Amino acid sequence: MTAGVEAVALHVVRGGTEVLHDLTFEVAPRVVTGLLGPSGCGKSTLMRAIVGVQRISSGTVTVFGEPAGSAALRSRIGYVTQAPSVYDDLTIEENLAFFAAVLGVDRARVDACVHLVDLHGERSKVVGRLSGGQRSRVSLAVALLGEPALVVLDEPTVGLDPVLRRDLWQTFHRLADDGAAVFVSSHVMDEATRCDRLMLMRDGRIIADDTPRGLLERTGTADVEAAFLDLVARAAT
Amino acid sequence: MRPRITLAVTLRVLLQLRRDHRTLAMLLVIPCLIMTLLWWMFQDRPAIGFGSLAPALLALIPFIVMFLVTSVTTLRERTSGTLERLLAMPMGKVDFLLGYALAFGLVAAVQSALAVLLSIWALGLDVAGPVWILLLVAVVDAVLGSALGLFVSAFARTEFQAVQFMPTVVIPQILLCGLFVARDDLPPVLEVLSDVLPLSYAVDAMTAVSRDAHPAVWGDLGVVVACVLGALVLGALTLRRQSD
Repeated sequence: MTAGVEAVALHVVRGGTEVLHDLTFEVAPRVVTGLLGPSGCGKSTLMRAIVGVQRISSGTVTVFGEPAGSAALRSRIGYVTQAPSVYDDLTIEENLAFFAAVLGVDRARVDACVHLVDLHGERSKVVGRLSGGQRSRVSLAVALLGEPALVVLDEPTVGLDPVLRRDLWQTFHRLADDGAAVFVSSHVMDEATRCDRLMLMRDGRIIADDTPRGLLERTGTADVEAAFLDLVARAAT
Repeated sequence: MRPRITLAVTLRVLLQLRRDHRTLAMLLVIPCLIMTLLWWMFQDRPAIGFGSLAPALLALIPFIVMFLVTSVTTLRERTSGTLERLLAMPMGKVDFLLGYALAFGLVAAVQSALAVLLSIWALGLDVAGPVWILLLVAVVDAVLGSALGLFVSAFARTEFQAVQFMPTVVIPQILLCGLFVARDDLPPVLEVLSDVLPLSYAVDAMTAVSRDAHPAVWGDLGVVVACVLGALVLGALTLRRQSD
């Protein structure tokens, strides 16, 4: 099986300080991989490096065998930034239609994506008038337009209603079942159990890379929050 | 370069503008009001007045307005993350730039057409040369404003900074374009400076069309077009797919 994403000895320096230190990891297709860690630990930078919008200082990141950021990958990656990157002064429909035209996908796909994020009833509303959660779902819908083989989602569930959050995680798993590599970050440790695989991150380092069950067994803890604390404590001694 | 994508960008920008009724109304009405104000100012002094200044103003207005509109719009696109998203998609930089240039060029064409036609029919401006050349110069001029606005937006982090580029980049060009002191009469250093600023050529072209039945504008217009292309290339350099 070829990996979706393969990073080897990845270093990233931003503004003179190193924010990612020597990371080596894989993100596999057909599973949902969670990237968990506190705010500011480097999750977004790591995701940006995979998508190819972050310049890397050393090491390599390859996606489906191509260097991250290469032109051939642009139509195969769906990326959702933390702040919704959509046009506030257009309706949901107009936003999706525009990005669909850029990607060269048809109207049917626009409809499918609106349904996928459960915004069908709101589709003719101007994005600027939507709630924060609805806005981030519009941004997610845009990322799914091109039926990407790699979906990179930076904190997609922040501030969402629990029912909707559960539905979105089901969507992520459906995407993985259809063959995509799904890479989701969160600073909420509770969400760990929803992932097939977990990467815990702290201060620019990956401190664990395991299945949720494997992580709990290895640390002898009851939840991921406790496992995280345990790993930090062990590293300190 | 793909026409499908360029056109998508153009349509989107126009759609955004259509949503913003107030901006659209201001874009179309204010140039007409300014021309009327200029005409009114010289009501009692017809000898020096409106006829000699109006062509220069018809060149200045689209340039200034499009400079501001584009620098703020593209800054918004940079800060909202939509630019980064587009550049992570199969979007060529040229598609993006041309899409914008086309949309604002179109708006500028309508804007200038209204101001020019009002000046000629209602305010009695005498244009010796063909009116379509006057319009063409105005549109090229507006695209120049757009291209420069797009370029400078890369150096602004906030909209406050972006509008400060207006006095920095635009006002010196207005002062040196021959409107206040004929370019030949400027001190030598300023005359050279005026020779390298694109707005000088736009104003020269406008003035020539208004005075001459067969104006020799293609040289001046060529310089402005070259500056547009130069500014677009510089603008393209500021669209980076990767950041540090």
